[in-house]
Amino acid sequence: MPQITYREALNQALAEEMERDETVFLMGEEVAEYDGAYKVSKGLLERFGSDRVVDSPISELGFAGLGVGAAMTGLRPVIEFMTFNFSILALDQVINSAAKLHYMSAGQFSVPMVFRGPTGAALQLSAQHSQACETWYVHSPGIKLVTPGTPADAKGLLKAAIRDDDPVAVMEGELLYNVKGEVPDPEEGDFIIPLGVADVKREGDHVSIITHGKMVHVALQAAGQLAKEGVDAEVVDLRSLRPLDVEAILRSVHKTNRAVYLEEGWPYVGIGAQIVALIQEEAFDYLDAPVLRVTQADIPMPYAKNLEKLAKPDAKRVVAACKRVLYQD
Amino acid sequence: MATKVHMEALSPTMEEGQIVTWLKAEGDEITSGDVLAEIETDKATMELVARGSGVLRKVMLEEGATAPVGEVIAIIADPDEELELGGEGEAAAEGGDEEEAADASAESSQEAGEKVDAGKAEPAPEPEEKEVEEPSPSQDDRRIKASPLARRLAEEKGLSLARIQGSGPGGRIVKRDVEEAEAEPHREPAGEAASAPMPAVAAEGPEYQDVPLSQIRKTIAKRLVQSIGPVPHFFLTVDVDMSRVVEARKRINQALAPQGVKISFNDIVLKATAMALHRHPECNAHWGGDHVRRFNRVHLGVAVAIEDGLITPVVRDAHAKGLAHIAGEVRELASRAREKKLSPDEYTGSTFSVSNLGMFGIEEFTAVINPPEAGILAVGALEDRPVVVDGEVVVRPRMKITMSCDHRVIDGALGSQFLQTLTGILEEPLMALV
Repeated sequence: MPQITYREALNQALAEEMERDETVFLMGEEVAEYDGAYKVSKGLLERFGSDRVVDSPISELGFAGLGVGAAMTGLRPVIEFMTFNFSILALDQVINSAAKLHYMSAGQFSVPMVFRGPTGAALQLSAQHSQACETWYVHSPGIKLVTPGTPADAKGLLKAAIRDDDPVAVMEGELLYNVKGEVPDPEEGDFIIPLGVADVKREGDHVSIITHGKMVHVALQAAGQLAKEGVDAEVVDLRSLRPLDVEAILRSVHKTNRAVYLEEGWPYVGIGAQIVALIQEEAFDYLDAPVLRVTQADIPMPYAKNLEKLAKPDAKRVVAACKRVLYQD
Repeated sequence: MATKVHMEALSPTMEEGQIVTWLKAEGDEITSGDVLAEIETDKATMELVARGSGVLRKVMLEEGATAPVGEVIAIIADPDEELELGGEGEAAAEGGDEEEAADASAESSQEAGEKVDAGKAEPAPEPEEKEVEEPSPSQDDRRIKASPLARRLAEEKGLSLARIQGSGPGGRIVKRDVEEAEAEPHREPAGEAASAPMPAVAAEGPEYQDVPLSQIRKTIAKRLVQSIGPVPHFFLTVDVDMSRVVEARKRINQALAPQGVKISFNDIVLKATAMALHRHPECNAHWGGDHVRRFNRVHLGVAVAIEDGLITPVVRDAHAKGLAHIAGEVRELASRAREKKLSPDEYTGSTFSVSNLGMFGIEEFTAVINPPEAGILAVGALEDRPVVVDGEVVVRPRMKITMSCDHRVIDGALGSQFLQTLTGILEEPLMALV
């Protein structure tokens, strides 16, 4: 299987879907002439023309709304946010329009569109540009959210998102774009990963590290360290946060009897809070320890390099949490 | 370090306890595990054991006085240690719960702290974790800290959490503790093992089987409870010809005389009941609300009158014990019951009960079921009565037995079949061999 980067995988997904369906178009800041801020749309302008690869002004609320209108009238827009931090400005269109119109029109309108771009912190981008935005999106019914952590997941999930008839947010990671991984050759046919299906990235019997997005790599790193100490950790990558693969979570907890949720975002009403609630409701009698969370510190992300490092979740803290639920600390 | 002595929950239902005797006085040296006092609970007189070592510095509850569970009643400390006594008794009145609550909140805030405070890479050590606390043998399981999984596993394996030492934070019982306890089933807390004779009976399959309720059982249960109260009793009486039992007992006692063993009619009734129950597990059952639990072993509760009420010590595995064994055990349990010296596990866990008022000349009576058991036998006096045999009036030793049945579990026909088996064994004791 060819090894390609996460960036290339997204580019393949966009190109393949635009090739397959002429209603698909890409719009966002710098996506056309500049090939995208992170070069995800490299070559697309040349290949599909300026009608389908559109540079927008710096006006997130405006072009997100334009996308909603286009989707309602039969197109399949892919709206790129340079980062999801900037989409906070567009949340009225995301939450009040995209997520609601199918319901409020009693099904007369569908909003088949994709919002995509990086979420979470990169390096020293400070408090306003380092936020994990998942919770703001999944909180509202009516919009789906996927968070691919690997090149293969990025390609398969973006293609599924474009084909879905509901609005889907695809949250990527700035630090993921250069990550390489195996992705099936396009010659071998469409590679699609259905929404709402988690993936066990590493099998284990002793403790479940459940996570999503970029943190999959931190979880695997922690699992590697634990393995050296004889602890066999399972890493469950949710991939989709809405719809959620409840069965996969419960299956893993039934097996290991202990779980740690790892996420980039803040702890307060975070994704982990939802997963912990689910586990205690549905798998109470299988728990041998409280479910712990490893998250970003509950503060705006510091700019100072040393403080930023301390505020982010890392493998060391995941290992400590796993040992705690194993009663080994 | 000072150790507060609390009034402990020494029976599952105890809410307060009365000091019968202090076995240690102020100034006495105490080693952890020493018996400090005898406490009268709602069920029996129990020993209160020291959970720390030092000198008994202060006794705060006199003999004869009563305190609620959890109240501090004495302090053990080093001889020269400064005691904080000002208002201590008052403040510590709910000490047990308060301390637990404080521990719990400290623990959770520490957890929260760790989650939010990324700066703290290592979890803070928990000082109390290494301390080995002796589990209180008679504490109600609901008051014991255990993970949900450990709780479920212990129930499935039939292990009492009170007998398991927790190794998690704050003494929490976790999965590995239950597994270890299962691996060494005979580990019992010190002090109790000696007083609780539990003859080993070879395990024969699972202890019990839970049978889910069918719709008709649910309807029967609902309707009957509406009609007659939470436990819908009905009664079945048999009049048993005891001629052969009288004869058999005479011969057994003659044979056992050299060993100084004597069996009573009641012992024979108990043995026969246990055998009949073993053959009718439908009657050897508990009502579980949404299921009926049928026991494969017979633990027979034997009602014993005591000074201020009655108590039912349990003959465990009665179906598997010989008459002499049952006789000895009943005598021993009854005598300690009258002295209020039974430990809780000696009067709980019965699957069925027998009450006998024959010695008071009661011809027949009905007994009230001891929930969640599904039945109880009320045994009347054995007396010569005229009966018609083959068209002629003759005198025979007769005994009436009335079975109270929980109609949610046992229907009339089922109870009757059980009584038929029981009558068969009593009227022809040789059937016991069949």
